[in-house]
Amino acid sequence: MTDRTRTDGGTVPTEQSRTLGDRLAVIDGYRVVLYLLLLGILAFFLAPIESGLVTSFKNGPGVIETLPITPPTPEYFTLQKWQTALDALGRGLLNSALYAVPATVISAFLGSIAAYGITQSNWKARYKAPILALFVAGIFIPYQAVLVPLSRFWSVVPLQEWLGFVWALGISNDYVGIVELIVTHVAYGLPICTILFRSYYKNMSEEMIEAARLDGATLRRIYRRVVLPLSGPMFAVVLIYQFTQIWNDLLFTLVLVSTESSPAAPVVLILAGLGTSLEGQDFALRMAGAFIAALPTLAVYIAFGEEFAEGVAT
Amino acid sequence: MSDRFRRFRRVIARVVERDHGDGADERISPDGGVVEERQPQQERRGIVGRLNERFGSDFVESSQFWLPPFLLMALFVYGAIIWNVLISLTDFRGFGSPDYSDLDFEMYGRAFADSGFVDAAFQTFALLIAFTLATLLVGLGLAILIDRNIRFENSFRTVYLLPMSLSFVVTAQFWAWMYNYNNGVVNIVLGWIGIDRINWIGNSQIVLWAVIFALLWQFAGYAMVVFLAGLRAIPTEHYEAAQVDGASTARMYWRVIIPQLKGSTISASVVLMVFALKAFDFLYSLVGGYRPPNGADILATKMVREAYANLNWAYASAIAIMLFLMALGVVGPYLYYQYKQGNL
Repeated sequence: MTDRTRTDGGTVPTEQSRTLGDRLAVIDGYRVVLYLLLLGILAFFLAPIESGLVTSFKNGPGVIETLPITPPTPEYFTLQKWQTALDALGRGLLNSALYAVPATVISAFLGSIAAYGITQSNWKARYKAPILALFVAGIFIPYQAVLVPLSRFWSVVPLQEWLGFVWALGISNDYVGIVELIVTHVAYGLPICTILFRSYYKNMSEEMIEAARLDGATLRRIYRRVVLPLSGPMFAVVLIYQFTQIWNDLLFTLVLVSTESSPAAPVVLILAGLGTSLEGQDFALRMAGAFIAALPTLAVYIAFGEEFAEGVAT
Repeated sequence: MSDRFRRFRRVIARVVERDHGDGADERISPDGGVVEERQPQQERRGIVGRLNERFGSDFVESSQFWLPPFLLMALFVYGAIIWNVLISLTDFRGFGSPDYSDLDFEMYGRAFADSGFVDAAFQTFALLIAFTLATLLVGLGLAILIDRNIRFENSFRTVYLLPMSLSFVVTAQFWAWMYNYNNGVVNIVLGWIGIDRINWIGNSQIVLWAVIFALLWQFAGYAMVVFLAGLRAIPTEHYEAAQVDGASTARMYWRVIIPQLKGSTISASVVLMVFALKAFDFLYSLVGGYRPPNGADILATKMVREAYANLNWAYASAIAIMLFLMALGVVGPYLYYQYKQGNL
């Protein structure tokens, strides 16, 4: 019994910060049930992804004749679905990056300076509260409530003409949708970026900044020399969160770019219509497409899971 | 902590030194702000001084930071909502532009007479309540399990949160396949325990619950992370005190721990409820079109369909405003609560 307990009892028992969980660790059966439960839940969370992955490598008969969770045997194996999906989505990946990256960077930077201006300066809290309330409420606005005006706005703004020099270079003028997406995502991403940075700046040592102020440094200099260099960890959180949000969003792309056949169509827009036709659904193709579209955000998540968790939890 | 303090000190010493060293920076602070000995420009001091007196000493200088982002956000969010109200009062449909000379509430009347709207509103509420409660419960359960000092805590947490990093367009593909009638995992697993195949997507009585279950799969990890942060903030002594009193584990959680998670519960429910109101991407991608399966149409999908498939712009705007009011009903009390807590 003792051996077993020690191996999965977890941390070293001499540590001071013991909690109840540690003390219960001596009960063997309890631990076994706990880990079985955790593994069962793990299987639940992975099942749709695993099933999608194995299916994406199956050919037509394989999808119908084999179990959806077993890997394909050689006679059912094919890479052709991935090839087709890549051909369909390749252009979309590039288009998505074209607006997701600039929009992420700009909204993070603007969020940072907005949060700094509100948090680290001495004006009356009574007047800050409504400004902050408007930012916080902005996070929760259902985008449906701004969609029709948004379409009207972009049909009234002569962005096509302003960017005439770009189309003159031989770039399809459908790409005006990409520029619209950048501005739109920056504007609607600002509330969450600002609030994330605010929670970070609020905990920065106020006496330090106060001291610099008294010594005569301007707000701009303090931002550049003190606040910005110390904002690194929060920039990581905000950039990762925003990138995931913008890359994954379908609604704005649907409204601003509208057709998946457009040369400027982002990856989510193409994926939403992939593998569905009148003859039926090609699930293997849809699964392969789903993985290709998810790859950038999956990579970001696997590399920066901690920052992602912090972003969603705040 | 003290390390950070020193670092701050050093940085500030450098900043101040530079600031006194070269006078070049004076031009970026036209009001002169806090520094008395500098010569502020006389005329500007009048307005700036009065504004600062009214709003606080840094008001004018700090506005160069927060005002431009604020205006951009306010234009796109609040400007657009006001514009949306206006459009909802017109009869705008089809191509062309709205006529603002004849405003009335006709579109709102039309909504309540439209059985499609009433169904969608009902399904929105069902989704909102069932999804939020289920996700909170599962998330809390996961957080408690993860918090039991387990091994590989990080790995478990990473996998549980993984679906949150995926696009709804992607997860909708996975779940369309999971719920497939003939070959989907769900029906096959049910077959093993002797339950007949169920038409998850096609049956209008069931599809909404199937959608809720899929969304629960995606959001449970989020609720877990929020609750975990709440659990970790509770001092260990509270667990120990309950132990000394001889309370059972279940009783300890129910009486001592869960009541302290009020803050986490509130913020998680607001996020989940507001999400439930605007869940559009998932339903669109499930079928690859504006028309969700029968029985799963919610206001968010109906609004987009009316606008972009049927070109009923004014009617769609009216639905959007009602959706907005529902969101406000959730967010308004939350903001008030935050204000009372001193977080604003």
